[in-house]
Amino acid sequence: MTAKPKRSGLDRREVVKRILAGNDDVLAVGGLGNAGYDLVAARGEHPLNFTIHGAGMGGAPVVGLGLALAQPGRRVVVVLGDGDMLMGMGSLATIAAQRPANLAIVVMDNERYQETGAQATATGFGVDLAGIAAAAGFPVALILDDRARIDDAVDKVLRALGPVLVNVKISDAPVPQLPKLRDGVLMKIRFREKLAVE
Amino acid sequence: MSDGDKEVLGARDWQSAVHQALREADVTIVAYVPDGGHRRLIELCNSDPSMRTVPLTNEAEGPCVLAGAWLGGRRGVLLMQSSGLGNCINNFGLIKAGQFPFLTLITVRGSWGEANPWMLYMGRSTRPLLELADFHAYEVDAPEDAAPTVEAAAQMVFSCSSGAGVMLTQRLTGAKRFTS
Repeated sequence: MTAKPKRSGLDRREVVKRILAGNDDVLAVGGLGNAGYDLVAARGEHPLNFTIHGAGMGGAPVVGLGLALAQPGRRVVVVLGDGDMLMGMGSLATIAAQRPANLAIVVMDNERYQETGAQATATGFGVDLAGIAAAAGFPVALILDDRARIDDAVDKVLRALGPVLVNVKISDAPVPQLPKLRDGVLMKIRFREKLAVE
Repeated sequence: MSDGDKEVLGARDWQSAVHQALREADVTIVAYVPDGGHRRLIELCNSDPSMRTVPLTNEAEGPCVLAGAWLGGRRGVLLMQSSGLGNCINNFGLIKAGQFPFLTLITVRGSWGEANPWMLYMGRSTRPLLELADFHAYEVDAPEDAAPTVEAAAQMVFSCSSGAGVMLTQRLTGAKRFTS
């Protein structure tokens, strides 16, 4: 199955930068592939970034859930790709049932498994992740496909009573990789030190 | 008193003790996919205001939610049956890569007295899979051993940032009965 190219979408790096740059209190979880680079491009190797690499596909939203339950006073933002979100779709029900008011999920939807050769994902054939989240019970679930509405969507990601899901229709043009820490132990220790938890 | 009532009363004793052991280990996040053998413990956790219970759609979510909770400073446990262990395996990669503590209590179907052949494969695979992940695997057959084993496993998991599975066998939980 093939889907048509989608070069007209939003710039993923711009959207994530608008969410995270300067917001040093936000706890950020990155999913597989480009999502981790999005976090680094937005605010560098920040101690409150935790990114997943390879193992754990589909797991980033639930890592975010555990974090949101543990730190109810902090905003938790999960950034992940559409393929990643599709693998963890059941977690939308788990999260909706828990109703974490401080959790937002931002799906970078290029309708592609970009890392593995740009094969089409289900979203390229009309599957609507925001619609699924809304049906699961997310109080805020929307599609962002218009540059003029980025500010409004960012505001919801950072401040709306969650759980929030924003499905961002992004361009499928390749983006450059960046140097990126992949040491999970170091990211974990750094994160907990910054939060001062024992 | 019927046999069924006896089973429930017997179960209440060791499951209350396990609940207490989890409390004493400062476990406050309880993720689960239910199993009959965990029924009483889930009820106890649900009614404990110090615990947040998180029913999962799939056990694969368990390692992730516990890793996230640990990042945020809280300790968790995953309750599931042996079938669920198979669902978790890929996400053990996250546990290993981050050396996250991982504590799970597994009711082992397909063990002592199983009457359903569909359960045998994962029942037989539970210990080898835990060991393949380099987690400690503790088997509990006797009610009086359940809470001390959970206490010991929790101590090791959270102090050493390691993984452990406490296998609650059907000698303990009782084998499910089927109408033939």
